[in-house]
Amino acid sequence: MTQPPEGLAAQLRKKPFARPGEKLIVGALGLCAAISVLTTVAIVITLFSETLSFFDEVSLRDFFLKTDWAPQLQGTFGVWELVAGTVNVVIWSMLISLPLGLAAAIYLSEYAHPRTRKALKPLLEALAGVPTIVYAFFALTFVTEDFLRPALGEDRVPYLNSLSASIVLAIMVLPTIASVSEDAMSNVPRALREAAYGLGATRLEVATRVVLPAAISGVLASVLLAVARVVGETMIVAIAAGSNPALTLNPLATIQTMTGYMLQIGLGDAARGTVDYSSIFAVGALLFSMTFILNVGAQLVVRRFREVYE
Amino acid sequence: MTTAEPTLQATGRVARRQQLSRSSRYLLLGATSFGIGVLVVLAWDVLQRGLPALDWEFLNSYPSRFADRAGLRSSILGSAWMVLFTVVLAIPLAVGTAIWMEEFAPRGRLLALVQLNIANLAGVPSIIYGILGLAVFVRFFDMGFTIGAGALTLTLMILPMTVIASSEAIRQVPSSTRDASLALGATRWQTVWHHVLPGALPGIMTGMILAVSRAAGETAALIMIGAASFIAFDNTGLPHDVWGQQFTTVPIQVYNWTQRPQEEFRALAAAAIIVMMVAIVGLNLIAVLIRERFRRYD
Repeated sequence: MTQPPEGLAAQLRKKPFARPGEKLIVGALGLCAAISVLTTVAIVITLFSETLSFFDEVSLRDFFLKTDWAPQLQGTFGVWELVAGTVNVVIWSMLISLPLGLAAAIYLSEYAHPRTRKALKPLLEALAGVPTIVYAFFALTFVTEDFLRPALGEDRVPYLNSLSASIVLAIMVLPTIASVSEDAMSNVPRALREAAYGLGATRLEVATRVVLPAAISGVLASVLLAVARVVGETMIVAIAAGSNPALTLNPLATIQTMTGYMLQIGLGDAARGTVDYSSIFAVGALLFSMTFILNVGAQLVVRRFREVYE
Repeated sequence: MTTAEPTLQATGRVARRQQLSRSSRYLLLGATSFGIGVLVVLAWDVLQRGLPALDWEFLNSYPSRFADRAGLRSSILGSAWMVLFTVVLAIPLAVGTAIWMEEFAPRGRLLALVQLNIANLAGVPSIIYGILGLAVFVRFFDMGFTIGAGALTLTLMILPMTVIASSEAIRQVPSSTRDASLALGATRWQTVWHHVLPGALPGIMTGMILAVSRAAGETAALIMIGAASFIAFDNTGLPHDVWGQQFTTVPIQVYNWTQRPQEEFRALAAAAIIVMMVAIVGLNLIAVLIRERFRRYD
């Protein structure tokens, strides 16, 4: 049997075989990946530098300790009114969507016939695909005008209120909570359920006392993700909740959220270098930190508290 | 001897628990259907308001202060160009990133960092991408309030979800395909280009179309980078020219008309929503069809 010439075998062993030019291609691909990293760097740098120039004009104490946000009327920059607006819609939307989302997750995971599940899941997913401007329109025209004002009285419900935005936000994040929770529930091993049934538990008891506690990390993660989405949502709150910063958690009040403020200034003519322009970025930096913490928190929760089965 | 047949009918507390469980089924089903029900109400409300206002003249007129003369012509063109540019930019970028991550990147810290970064970018609110676009493209690169700036911003915005979808699709290609190709003497790039990519293509296209429909409905980011609401000209010409033109989009017109209190403008907004949803649902249906048509059963 003939052996390959010495040199060739050694060469083939040394390098992976590649045509010339492939190195360039791989380099180009790496460049694509680098752009995603560059995006994050750009976001951080942009927010950071403009925030710095914002705090050249407005003191940190004013921003974080004052409670009046009226930059264009009075020149006051207490950010808490905007944060309160965001927290307002978060609380009320979560109060609505958490029970509904959990109920949907429990139904789909524990009660539904596989065919029903196949039919309902895509419909629920469709809720997540509706553009937010459509939800915003719905919130202003139907929820406020055709529902809330007739139902609760026109003198009690202003045209722009947090409740109608919260209701629609709840519908928007319903699929997030339902999907992620349902995934967590279906990962609970059948053996746990069967043991409970064997001991005489009813379906409701198995769902609420066995499956739900076992899947609680997934449920918690879904809540964090949903809150992050609500915090970052702009159009629904800008159109339906108002542009009137107010330090209140009252759902029937007209408010402004952080995102609503950013949009308002973005619509205007704030020239570069003015404090109004840089206030967009200061509020944006706060917004970015909040959603970042929530998203990272969701990932951590899943990793830390996931029940390990065998 | 007559004894009563033992019955399986439960009594007392057990019966109550079973009854509770049985009736809870309908409560839970109701809760599940609530969201879907709201969607139905939304669709009915929009159709009822908007269909009467939807006619060819509406599609063919420019925005106007007068409701009976206002239309979607410039926004449809603006949206179409915006989507076109975004797709052309995003596809190579996203697929390239995904290929690098799945096929060529050395396993280790760098790859983990890039993956983590992409996952985090996916959770960034769209308005933040808007102010990124404002600071970087509109101001720093001096592009102004143009379609180009908007397309670049939207490309970055949909990048994370398209990269994730493409990575998934590439991962689904069975490793036996790769191994067979390499064993026959192909290089890694040849394997990717001729075997892995074609196999992953349906998944990539589906993910891309879903991301594009997200970009088509985007409002906040484009408002931040300066999309105007009163554009009375067509975005036409060579792509090179359109890149530098001011623009408006359909969602932005919806926003504009929703802000007006008059009923007629509400009807226009609803009609614009119908146009937008037809386009988006159409895109999603195409995505599903592509996925089913090109599904390889290997």
